[in-house]
Amino acid sequence: MWQPTASMDAIRARAEMYAQVRTFFYHSKVLEVETPLLCSTTAMDPYLDSFSVSSGRFLQTSPEFPMKRLLASGSGPIYQISKAFRQDEESSRHNPEFTLLEWYQPGYSLLQLQEELLALLFLLGEEVGVVSWASVTCRTYAEMFESIVGLCPHTCTDEALVVVAKRETGFEGELARDSWLDLLMSHVVEPEMPEGLLVLTEFPAGQAALAEIAPDERGRNVAKRLELYIDGVEVANGYQELTDGVEQKHRFEFDNKQRLANGAVQLPIPEHLVSALRAGMPATSGIAVGLDRLLMKLMGKQQLSDVICFPWGRA
Amino acid sequence: MAKYSTNDFRSGLKVMLEGEPCAITENELVKPGKGQAFNRVKLRNLRTGRTWERTFKSGESIEGADVMEVDLQYLYTDGEFWHFMDPNTFDQQAADEAAVGESIKWLKEEDICTVTLWNDSPLAVAVANFVCLEITETDPGLKGDTANGGSKPAILTTGAMVRVPLFLSIGEVIKIDTRTGEYVSRA
Repeated sequence: MWQPTASMDAIRARAEMYAQVRTFFYHSKVLEVETPLLCSTTAMDPYLDSFSVSSGRFLQTSPEFPMKRLLASGSGPIYQISKAFRQDEESSRHNPEFTLLEWYQPGYSLLQLQEELLALLFLLGEEVGVVSWASVTCRTYAEMFESIVGLCPHTCTDEALVVVAKRETGFEGELARDSWLDLLMSHVVEPEMPEGLLVLTEFPAGQAALAEIAPDERGRNVAKRLELYIDGVEVANGYQELTDGVEQKHRFEFDNKQRLANGAVQLPIPEHLVSALRAGMPATSGIAVGLDRLLMKLMGKQQLSDVICFPWGRA
Repeated sequence: MAKYSTNDFRSGLKVMLEGEPCAITENELVKPGKGQAFNRVKLRNLRTGRTWERTFKSGESIEGADVMEVDLQYLYTDGEFWHFMDPNTFDQQAADEAAVGESIKWLKEEDICTVTLWNDSPLAVAVANFVCLEITETDPGLKGDTANGGSKPAILTTGAMVRVPLFLSIGEVIKIDTRTGEYVSRA
């Protein structure tokens, strides 16, 4: 059990991936930054669980909050390769300690950020991977969901959603509307996703998290959010970032209410972030890429332990 | 009985599902980055042997099953029940036909079996991987015919039928692999 689970090839490929990422952003004039991992506040999302340490601080589930404070201070475009921590997330595709590449482009639309993401992925495919991707499928969440489940995720009734979800997954129990959507996405839609790169955009408004909400071309409110999947595995999550401090605080308070209803711990409101947004953060698109999963896909592997030298069970 | 949260789920854990004792055989976490986490679980129903697939909301709890495995000595059958004894405490257990199942073909008095107890009564009986049983019925042995791999049916003391090499005859004791039901060697 003392030996690494990843091959030396995978360990070298990781080093090459980091070198390529740093070169890519150096040439694009995106500044590498470093922010603290043990902070006084943490992500409020009802379904993320932070590790807390005895001094009352939290290991960060992503470097998002301090990076946004830099953006509000006039940093311009920034990126970071950072460890992130999420409690109880352990499987062949989850490790409670993992590595994120997170970057922010002030003034970019979500579509511009998507183009930059794909440019980086094609480069890594050529320079690091044993697999390379020839094309990309782009769909809205609603198009993908409806083509497989047969319901519009924005407008279908809760009753119709529950009936279909129970029939398709056999799950019995009580869930919120967005969790029924999650259930169908993870159990029914993801297995049917096309091979290779898939970009999903325009998420249900209830899954906005820290993204702006705006009407789509049919006038339905959707979250300005994008997810990148590779062979049906979620690899990156991007937002047209919410910049309104008041709205942000409301969402945090709502998160705490939902946490209370779920029996999860109440968390301190990330006031530094709220203050930074109130002071003014430029319109920005930002994205987090799971580098362990990306490396797994670049190397044609099926599980994270093939690319993480000492995964959770051996750490 | 203790309750187990999905975080405790691992292969081999015994739980109650829809009133049936089950053993977890696979447990997979399914979680969208920001969304609700689920555990997709495969369970073996310990009574029927069937595999079930179920999805649980992560963090949900289900009741554990009071199931344990003990090594007991087979004593005899009265036709309705098969009686076993703990060789240390001399406690006796009676297993019905459903619990004995396929093992009935290989049960010999005094052999030690692994008996799965649920709420202290036998749920399943597993015999050893190899057992030695006497041949009670077969065609006469062909002396010297040990080389060419021919075989013939033989009936054992338990009533089970196996295929054995031509040179064996009534009264000989043979070793059988109970997982495949095949002859291994002379005992």
